[in-house]
Amino acid sequence: MITLQQMLWLSGALFAIAVAGIFINRKNIILLLMCIELLLLSANFNFVAFSRYLGNIDGQVFVFFVLTVAAAEAAIGLAILVVLFRERRSINVADISSLKG
Amino acid sequence: MTFTTNEIWLALPEIYLTTALCVVLLFDLFFATKNPGRTATLTLLVLVVGAVLASRQVIADRQVILGGMYVADRLSSLLKTGAFLFTAMALFYSRDYLARRGIQKGEYYVLSLTALLGVLVLASAANMVTLYVGVELLSLSLYALVAFDRDSGVAAEAAMKYFVLGAIASGTLLYGMSILYGMTGTLDLGALTARLGDSPGLGFTLAIAFIVSAIAFKFGAVPFHMWVPDVYQGAPTASAMMVATVPKLASFAMAFRFLAEGLMAQTPQWSQMLAILATVSVIAGNLIAIAQTSLLRMLAYSAIANVGFILFGFVAGSGAGFSSALYYTIAYVLMTLAAFAIVLISSRDGCEATELDHFKGLHQRDPLLAGAMAAVMFSTAGVPPFVGFWAKLQIIQALLASGHLTLALIAVVASVVGAFYYLRVVWLMYFEAPAEQPPLGKAPGMRLVLAINALAVLALGIMPEQLLALCRQVIPGG
Repeated sequence: MITLQQMLWLSGALFAIAVAGIFINRKNIILLLMCIELLLLSANFNFVAFSRYLGNIDGQVFVFFVLTVAAAEAAIGLAILVVLFRERRSINVADISSLKG
Repeated sequence: MTFTTNEIWLALPEIYLTTALCVVLLFDLFFATKNPGRTATLTLLVLVVGAVLASRQVIADRQVILGGMYVADRLSSLLKTGAFLFTAMALFYSRDYLARRGIQKGEYYVLSLTALLGVLVLASAANMVTLYVGVELLSLSLYALVAFDRDSGVAAEAAMKYFVLGAIASGTLLYGMSILYGMTGTLDLGALTARLGDSPGLGFTLAIAFIVSAIAFKFGAVPFHMWVPDVYQGAPTASAMMVATVPKLASFAMAFRFLAEGLMAQTPQWSQMLAILATVSVIAGNLIAIAQTSLLRMLAYSAIANVGFILFGFVAGSGAGFSSALYYTIAYVLMTLAAFAIVLISSRDGCEATELDHFKGLHQRDPLLAGAMAAVMFSTAGVPPFVGFWAKLQIIQALLASGHLTLALIAVVASVVGAFYYLRVVWLMYFEAPAEQPPLGKAPGMRLVLAINALAVLALGIMPEQLLALCRQVIPGG
């Protein structure tokens, strides 16, 4: 039997991996987009776990909204990536530094 | 779950805008292929009608409808009217600029309308699902707007940075929401306080930290501000204006619905975190702005500092604090619109007036623009009798009334520091010799609206009572 606590640890680990992946990754923007998906999915995991534990369906409904939005987000992210690649001929994170935050 | 027709009428602004958006999209496809200006005209018409609809809505008291998803109250009505009006102004100012830069396409207007729809949904969010969908509808449209100029490498870069950081913020917001959901078993913002109990514990602190950082990101507060200067500088100036103005109303709505309404009883926890973010924002924003040579980057850091002030209103944690934050937000959006409009008018083919040097001696070249810019700068610096003075005063009074003496002092010192770089722009315009520059465009319509906009900044400062009273009325306990 998997307990709620184990589920939360897993989702926490996924969240940490995603954030670490975004900040440590210096190579490739595609990896960045994958980490963003993982970030959203770790929250989804939490919602489903809590929903099951509490016997409340709301959390699972929310997950469908999040999945839909995540798909739209990935589409826009890739579209921006295509524009960026056409201009810079590179998807290296280190190459997108002409603007100095 | 049953709907009644009365309930549907309360959601009229959203229903109207969604329908109008589809009409604009189809109109652009069939009737404006040769002349995209027609789509612009139709969009402006749609927005003006929307503003009238939203303002004419009679909402006597707070009503939660559509199965607890949607709230209609006087605040949502005010925010929606403001959002329609400010979007209309932003698109009106952008029109010539977009045509000159070759990006006046129907999609620009449709994306602006979807962003506006996100603002409206956020203004009426009563449930975490509605709130999240509103935030994403707004953010996704804005990412696309920033990347709208497909031939510009810097715009794509700015959009990418904005997108990645924005997606992280959405992720943290969701994670915080999921923890809150786990603790309370509800997604209903109205039921959170009651179910959390008196001492919610460590999990709650974690959830609040996630949610506050997401809100701070959407506002663009330090240390989540990195995207602001990049977007202002990299994006087409018209898109930067869309990012800089109307979404501030949405961020206010998000913070108010989630923190002030949903987590009312937990005010001490979140206001402490916001206090740190707000303090760092006003200090860092004002200090870094001094070092900028680009007007847009200066405006970006000024935005960060001003966001700090809005957050100070939330830190006060009282009705007076929230209403002063609302007043500040509206005043700030009005001033920023005028500032961007001046940058847009001064830009010409192949030359964007984004550097401070472009504004040297502007008074001799164009007294109207210089006058409007001076009004905006004085106002943002907080000089009476402009509206910015009252906005800052309200915030400081609310801070003092809730016993935050140190924060009030920081706010005052920061505004004095900030006055330096605002007044430097005025100095450049009036007391420096103009550099060799081609003459400025005529754009009579834009100048008229700009003049009205700048006069509004002055008039609202001379007669602040009405807008102040309105802001106090729409917020319970304000």
